[in-house]
Amino acid sequence: MKILVCISHVPDTTSKINFSDSDTRFDTNGVQFVINPNDEFGLTRAMWFQEKQNATVDVVNVGGPETEPTLRKALAIGADTAIRINAHPTDGSFVAKQLAKVAQDGGYDLIIAGRESIDYNGGMVPGMLAGLLKANFVNTCIGLEVEADTATAIREIEGGKETLKTKLPLVIGGQKGLVQESDLKIPNMRGIMMARKKPLQVVEPTGDEAASKTVKFEKPAPKGQVKLIDPDNLDELINLLHNEAKVI
Amino acid sequence: MSVLVYTESEGGKFGKTSLEAASYAKGVATVLGTNVTAVVFNAEDTSGLAQYGVEKVLKINNDKLQKFNAEAYADAIKQAAEKENAQVVIISQSTNSKYLAPLLAVQLDAGYVSNVVALPESTSPFQVKRTAFSNKAFSIVEIGTERKIVGVSKNAYGLKENQVAQSVEDFVPSLSAEDFSVNVESVDKATDQVTIADAEIVVSGGRGLKGPENWGMIEELAATLGAATACSKPVSDMGWRPHSEHVGQTGKPVASNLYIAVGISGAIQHLAGVSASKVKVVINNDPEAPFFKAADYGVVGDAFEIVPKLTEKLKEFKANNA
Repeated sequence: MKILVCISHVPDTTSKINFSDSDTRFDTNGVQFVINPNDEFGLTRAMWFQEKQNATVDVVNVGGPETEPTLRKALAIGADTAIRINAHPTDGSFVAKQLAKVAQDGGYDLIIAGRESIDYNGGMVPGMLAGLLKANFVNTCIGLEVEADTATAIREIEGGKETLKTKLPLVIGGQKGLVQESDLKIPNMRGIMMARKKPLQVVEPTGDEAASKTVKFEKPAPKGQVKLIDPDNLDELINLLHNEAKVI
Repeated sequence: MSVLVYTESEGGKFGKTSLEAASYAKGVATVLGTNVTAVVFNAEDTSGLAQYGVEKVLKINNDKLQKFNAEAYADAIKQAAEKENAQVVIISQSTNSKYLAPLLAVQLDAGYVSNVVALPESTSPFQVKRTAFSNKAFSIVEIGTERKIVGVSKNAYGLKENQVAQSVEDFVPSLSAEDFSVNVESVDKATDQVTIADAEIVVSGGRGLKGPENWGMIEELAATLGAATACSKPVSDMGWRPHSEHVGQTGKPVASNLYIAVGISGAIQHLAGVSASKVKVVINNDPEAPFFKAADYGVVGDAFEIVPKLTEKLKEFKANNA
């Protein structure tokens, strides 16, 4: 089985978000970048398929040279090869079209992407990729088994989950549940050394255009002071929630 | 030309997120000087949609579509959009709508913007405001394609009543075998619980509760308020509570009217995930907990004393205000 894991290079969850150039660009100053958490759960599941079912695992990312450390980390975790599509990921449709080209050329059976990236939260790349490839698609995937050309996937739904059966080629939008937090691998020294020697191929983007563009960013209005309520006067809290906030 | 809205239903009933999507569609249609058509699956009574501005309904009745199927639903909605010559398609941001939206975007060759919180800033060019960086910021996005899909965040634009006269038309999309290549084998769903997605109120517990055995008081507070229960990331990582309850940047977003955080210090990733909630109450024994800076109301003290007391007082309040 050939697996492609799509990796988004995102600010870690503790990052403070600021903008530059008159609020048109994300300010990367002092920001630590990581593998998008939803992608990392998928990558870790891919490692399981590599170990147990002899799958090959390639990782791919759309981004400039500054994203290569993130791809190297994926290689250190255990991916076999990496591909960087040398373009700025302007919007989800652009990224999906770039990934579709690599996916088609590589003839993958299973493509694992995260449900959404934690920076732009578009939540569209995996589905668009499936649509472009005419592959089957399962979103919010929290469990995946593959037997020959048949996949059994568990999807999170509101208030529960459902089990789906489908055929490869398959694209999933993964999230926590595919593996547990405790299954995530921290690359060891051997992995990091090996990752340096693994192939990282740079390919140029297709001529496809983005369907949308970000014109401007805004920060939320600053929050007012918290109103502190005496723990011995909880009637006051109920009063405020009822009469002031009007939420109960 | 018209604005098409996909109004999801469950057991023939339209939930709040669907009615919010209809309200938003009416808002967009008014700006564009056109009407709203809704596409519905296996729902008999659509009069509720007329209350929120839906002038026309395309009614699909098909036994094969009893269970949600993203590919088949997307294909049917695409055909409805083509029939109505819809330039703008509105969807909610429920789990199922988010599942089908990108498939629909590819089929319609449309630009799709998710997590939209307000009516378009302008319609030519078409610019909308959405949340980004997991609610730590907003972005204004311009869609350049002729057809546009807008996903409306829950509890952002809200419900806007707008009673109109409604016409209903049966609609039979032509579906192929390929539309049914992902099949539901089984569904495991608690029907007696309020889900985080639907809840007006969410009561959430953190590490400060010390162990899963102490969740009884959280559940009781939630039951008193008709609320959903949730938890912080460490709590789900330690297996005290199921992953489905984990709220925050890498878990579920919460956009409820009231969010009550008990024993949660307020890590950035947690605050981001719950920031779309309208009113936040924090109960924590550490007055320095970062959550107090993000909350509207705070109680500094021992959760094990405060929560049961608050529950009792709320029961009294409910009894007096029933």
